[in-house]
Amino acid sequence: MFYQGLVFFCSLLLLVSSAQADDDYPRVQVADPYLEMQTGAGSGYPVFYVIERGEWVQILKRKTEWFKVRSERGKEGWVRREQMEQTLTPTGSKLDLPDVAEGDFVRRRWEMGISSGDFSGATIISAWSGYGFTRNLSMELSVSNVLGSYSSSLMGNVGLLAHPFPEWRFSPYFTLGTGIIQTTPKASLVQTRDRTNNTTHVGVGLRVYLAKRFIVRFDYKSLVIFSSQDDNQEINVWQIGFAAFY
Amino acid sequence: MANWFCSVLLKSGLLLLVFVSSFALSPRGAEASEEMLSEEKPVIEPEVYRREIDASEIDTENFELTAFTGLMSVEDFGVNNIIGARLAFHITEGLFFEAGIGRTTTTKTSYERLSGSVELLTDDQRVLSYYNLSVGYNLLPGEAFLTRNLAFNTAFYLIGGIGNTTFAGDERYTINYGFGYRFLATDWLALHADVRNHVFDMELLGEKATTNNIEMSLGLSIFF
Repeated sequence: MFYQGLVFFCSLLLLVSSAQADDDYPRVQVADPYLEMQTGAGSGYPVFYVIERGEWVQILKRKTEWFKVRSERGKEGWVRREQMEQTLTPTGSKLDLPDVAEGDFVRRRWEMGISSGDFSGATIISAWSGYGFTRNLSMELSVSNVLGSYSSSLMGNVGLLAHPFPEWRFSPYFTLGTGIIQTTPKASLVQTRDRTNNTTHVGVGLRVYLAKRFIVRFDYKSLVIFSSQDDNQEINVWQIGFAAFY
Repeated sequence: MANWFCSVLLKSGLLLLVFVSSFALSPRGAEASEEMLSEEKPVIEPEVYRREIDASEIDTENFELTAFTGLMSVEDFGVNNIIGARLAFHITEGLFFEAGIGRTTTTKTSYERLSGSVELLTDDQRVLSYYNLSVGYNLLPGEAFLTRNLAFNTAFYLIGGIGNTTFAGDERYTINYGFGYRFLATDWLALHADVRNHVFDMELLGEKATTNNIEMSLGLSIFF
């Protein structure tokens, strides 16, 4: 087991360290009076080198909103996205690096977040990832862990979300979905077996655009657990979460 | 007779003229047309291919995978070695999401050791394992200067989140918070030093009590 892990880690290292061949890096030409190179991928790092208009640079890599470039003289440094956007590609057009702004809150494709809240008295922790097909419709996959006084559960859900007003800063949505829940009673209780049941849910929520890529989400779901016992369980799930989209 | 001879001579002369001229002129004509073509097309075609740059072609390094080891103090259950892993996703230069797991085997409480025979937990229950989902912020990005010409990028970050700790036969809702220091040896390799408090409730020793369990760790991470 340990050796498998070691082999996996080493191959991962190889994968990461195998740099691209020199010629493969995209090249762009500086069109502004100059391009500022900073020592690190952050706005506080000092500018240590300036590339003049007309020179070509290679784009080596990207970290968040920062690009590592190499000048014709071999200097390497970090350039912010706003400056990279002012460079020209070999065809003479501007390098297209879409900004993430409020407009993308409407058009966003992927969303990823974590949330926590109340699961009819128990605590729920969730992580989710969503994909938007259109501005008004998205699909979401979530994994949750419910920690109750008498049992703990693991739950997976898949759902469709309708966003009737995607352009609003406080944008409401409706959900409909299905899933599976596995419940394990606590050890201190009389031993009962694990149960696995199907679930279905409907819900409403509110997405609030914060800034840049971030949103806060308030979510309510009415969850029905189809149990083999006499009655189906109906559970109210309230959650608040933090998400990023891109 | 002379008239006939003359006309034959004239005809053959004309024929010859046409024959010769056709020989003489036709290659010239071909040459001329070739010349015209060659003006449009260079002899050696330069192999320039121009392509648009797609932002997705640029290699991104926003994910960070960390393996860490250190010490974790579990209230009443001693200070023990811990190992774990973390996966971070950097959203902006400041903010990142992190998912982490960790595992430590705790030792006997003082009470168990003094009494001699009492065993509060089974061996399985002594193993503490946790997972958490956190949000971090690079509060103080900076540079560390090792020599006159050697500088490394660093960051001091704050982090906090929620998770689940399995310990003493129970799963416990856990809040974690702490701080860390990231030292970037290269763009893709970093060293971490972290201090993290894991707060969860325990009811094992009588009444329910909130415990603070502090973890100190050193980690090695790669960006990809």
